[in-house]
Amino acid sequence: MRARRGMTPARGARSIRALLIIVLGVLLSVAARPAAALDAALVDTLIFGESDDKPAVVDALVQSGDPKAQRLLEALSNGSVQTSGKRVLIVNGDSAIDAVSGETVSPLPADLEDVVVNNRLRLELGTAVAALKLGSLDRDARLAAAKELADGADQSMLPLVKRALEKESDAAVRRVLERIEASLDLKATDKDVRLAAVRRLGESSDASAKTLLLGLLERNAAGEYAEPDEEVRRLAQQGVRAVDSRLAWGERVGLLFAGISLGSILLLAALGLAITYGLMGVINMAHGELIMIGAYATYVVQSVFKARFPGHFDAYLVLAVPVAFIVSACVGMILERAVIRFLYGGPLETLLATWGISLTLIQGVRTLFGAQNVQVENPSFMSGGIQLMSNVVLPWNRIVIIFFALAVLAGMGLLLSRTRLGLFVRGVTQNRAMAACVGVPTRRVDTWAFGLGSGIAGLAGCALSQIGNVGPELGQSYIVDSFMVVVLGGVGQLAGTVYAAIGLGFGNKILESWSGAVLAKIAVLIFIIVFIQKRPQGLFALKGRAVDA
Amino acid sequence: MNRRCFFKNTLAPAFAAVLSLISFQAMADEKVVKVGVLHSLSGTMAISETVLKDTALMTFDEINAKGGVMGYKIEPVVVDPASNWPLFAEKARQLLTQDKVAVVFGCWTSVSRKSVLPVFEELNGLLFYPVQYEGEELSKNVFYTGAAPNQQAIPAVEYLMSKEGGGAKRFFLLGTDYVYPRTTNKILRAFLHAKGVADKDIAEVYTPFGHTDYQTIVGNIKEFAAGGKTAVISTINGDSNVPFYKELGNQGLKATDVPVVAFSVGEEELRGVDTKPLVGHLAAWNYFMSLKNPTNDAFKKEWAAYAKAKNLSSASKPLTDDPMEATYIGIHMWKQAVEKAKSFDTDKVIAAMAGQQFKAPSGFVAEMDMKNHHLHKPVFVGEIKADGQFTVVWKSKGPVKAQPWSPFIPGNDKKKDEPEGKTKL
Repeated sequence: MRARRGMTPARGARSIRALLIIVLGVLLSVAARPAAALDAALVDTLIFGESDDKPAVVDALVQSGDPKAQRLLEALSNGSVQTSGKRVLIVNGDSAIDAVSGETVSPLPADLEDVVVNNRLRLELGTAVAALKLGSLDRDARLAAAKELADGADQSMLPLVKRALEKESDAAVRRVLERIEASLDLKATDKDVRLAAVRRLGESSDASAKTLLLGLLERNAAGEYAEPDEEVRRLAQQGVRAVDSRLAWGERVGLLFAGISLGSILLLAALGLAITYGLMGVINMAHGELIMIGAYATYVVQSVFKARFPGHFDAYLVLAVPVAFIVSACVGMILERAVIRFLYGGPLETLLATWGISLTLIQGVRTLFGAQNVQVENPSFMSGGIQLMSNVVLPWNRIVIIFFALAVLAGMGLLLSRTRLGLFVRGVTQNRAMAACVGVPTRRVDTWAFGLGSGIAGLAGCALSQIGNVGPELGQSYIVDSFMVVVLGGVGQLAGTVYAAIGLGFGNKILESWSGAVLAKIAVLIFIIVFIQKRPQGLFALKGRAVDA
Repeated sequence: MNRRCFFKNTLAPAFAAVLSLISFQAMADEKVVKVGVLHSLSGTMAISETVLKDTALMTFDEINAKGGVMGYKIEPVVVDPASNWPLFAEKARQLLTQDKVAVVFGCWTSVSRKSVLPVFEELNGLLFYPVQYEGEELSKNVFYTGAAPNQQAIPAVEYLMSKEGGGAKRFFLLGTDYVYPRTTNKILRAFLHAKGVADKDIAEVYTPFGHTDYQTIVGNIKEFAAGGKTAVISTINGDSNVPFYKELGNQGLKATDVPVVAFSVGEEELRGVDTKPLVGHLAAWNYFMSLKNPTNDAFKKEWAAYAKAKNLSSASKPLTDDPMEATYIGIHMWKQAVEKAKSFDTDKVIAAMAGQQFKAPSGFVAEMDMKNHHLHKPVFVGEIKADGQFTVVWKSKGPVKAQPWSPFIPGNDKKKDEPEGKTKL
């Protein structure tokens, strides 16, 4: 947001000049112009001159209406302008165009240097380019230009905006332009115009509207309000409260999404543990490392795709999912066969043995891949986010992970309820001795179930690689959370794990917004400890199962 | 006795004794000085500290190739305290008592430095600390080659408040929860009060080491920014920076709306991040890889060649950053001080360090202050470019003298600008 500028006489004269310039610029940019050279002195000031002189030059270049000017301003804000001595070049890959004359320069000179564009100039350029683009025929370009203008709207642009509104038919572009018009009308000399503008801003749900209204209520050093009229101020106060309540809804939606996102991650991490702990009572301290192995499997698939199939890089994630599942499942099954099956019935021994295995796995990964984090890039469809409301952006990577967690949950549920393996797993969980009596191969089911739980941990690792860092200690950060979810939810049923994961996700996020991340974690841990004292079997205990001492 | 008995009991030990005497003689011919390297090579800080270990080894090779220190070859002793603060103290004690090193180059986080400080003071060891920090400390046994708050944090906030930097009126102070961000934010809050910024326009939020979920925090930043032009001052350390910047990019928080200036993010920390949505966000240091001068070109070339020769994981894209430059300066100044004092004795070297000068890759001559164990360093504020490098948007007129006792903390005016207990040369 640009700071509001007072209307001093010099500023007023400059605004009128700038207004004429920009209106002229828009008109002229539509008509075709013959290719003449840009004013070299202007370009020189823009690139090499003092920062305070640059805004005037930007205005002048817009006034010239020259398409070369538009090209130079766009290139400057993209960062593709470089200089060779005193020559200003727009660089595009291997060739360059001279910004003043327009002729091609190839090959590139050796002494190319970057042009420094700081945030202040970037804002000016963005506004100028947007003003030029408002007359474009493409609706999306006009919408983008209008949004850009909203950030740096100036009093001198008011007639331009009003004219664009008269011609504009698209609803979304109109909304943005109307908001710009209202924000500019706030500084009009006529009180009724200001009142109407304040009323319109009070109906908005945009954070920038709140900033503008608050600007009216600011006091300067002498204690005077920026807005001289009492009635306008009162309306502005009401407007701020109205916008605030609408913004609060946006924050609630954001919080809801954050809670679901964290819950989905906890669910993925804990689901595998729920199977191994719930089925066999095996306290698997290496569960975190199985997650970590899934993440590293994703990294390996990504590296292979980067090296061999750079064109199809985004598809690496699709292949990484089954690979992570299989690798972690295999490691889990080897673990079960080699170590754990000799330790059934001794929970303390399994705890110790699996903890030792976790250390071995961490060190093994350190030796193979190095002790530092490895870089897993998101595929392009997982970058960015959707803008739901004015202050709520839902990142794509978290949305994909939520759906992925639901898919894994559904898959697990189907597997446990509809397949033969699932039937055996449920039978062995409920009564191992009877299941063995009726012919269920309990030892083989144990191995398969452990493999299933480990495979799901691998899937969790694949998901985590997209949002966090991948390093040898990845598992250590999730093992405690996984056990908290499983213990809170109760063993033997999936429902408990799901509710516990979502509940802990929400609880963590709500507390975080009140008291900060550190206290939130402490509070959640204390809550679980107290809860387990009152109800040791967790939320959903399997009916008829005695709680092991 | 039979032949086998004779061999086992008499000949073999004699043979071994002769061999060891020969090898001892060979070792005694080469003069060697042991030097400690104390940086985390695993854990949350490995992302930042591993390159400092490699820079130190590279500098030792460079010095050894030119004849060593006073004719002694430097033998590095590298240990990994694994981002574990008590382990830093254990490893420091091991380096000083068992390996008997002459000097230690190490530490990044202030909590690691505070953990080893009692060890160095008790055993009269020597530590060179190359990272920007919060000040409020002045030990005779430590030389601070990184920036104090008046050489990094204060100029950066002044830039943000200026027209050029966007004219920020509200400040969101975000950091990792330990001594450095807490103390720096205390200093910055006092500084902002002195500049007329009210408490309601300052927010302070902390996250634990290794935190990865910045959704709500970025949401809170947006909400805070609705109240006026806001800048975020980030003292997040370690690999938490990667998910923080990813979240900023994904939620579309652009630098023209809310600029984020970070004090612990350099070229190396940006390696794992897609920097295209981060263009315009800032960092403040005393050195950037993009600085153009002959000393920096030579430094970058030496580092690239070293990374390639040792097949480091960063060899495909060698990057240099401020703590690497500070490590390089510190090691060279130590060498110069040893040669001036003609001794490895800690107190003599400490006295000889005063006033040492070295032509630094920042393009300026770095000078060790005569009294306060800090360097005079230039200050640069840089904006992130799409390729992960920094463009300098502001720089100080020349080297700035460090103020380890910040004038913004009450009571500091009584503190001396010199550590206690130094001997004179």
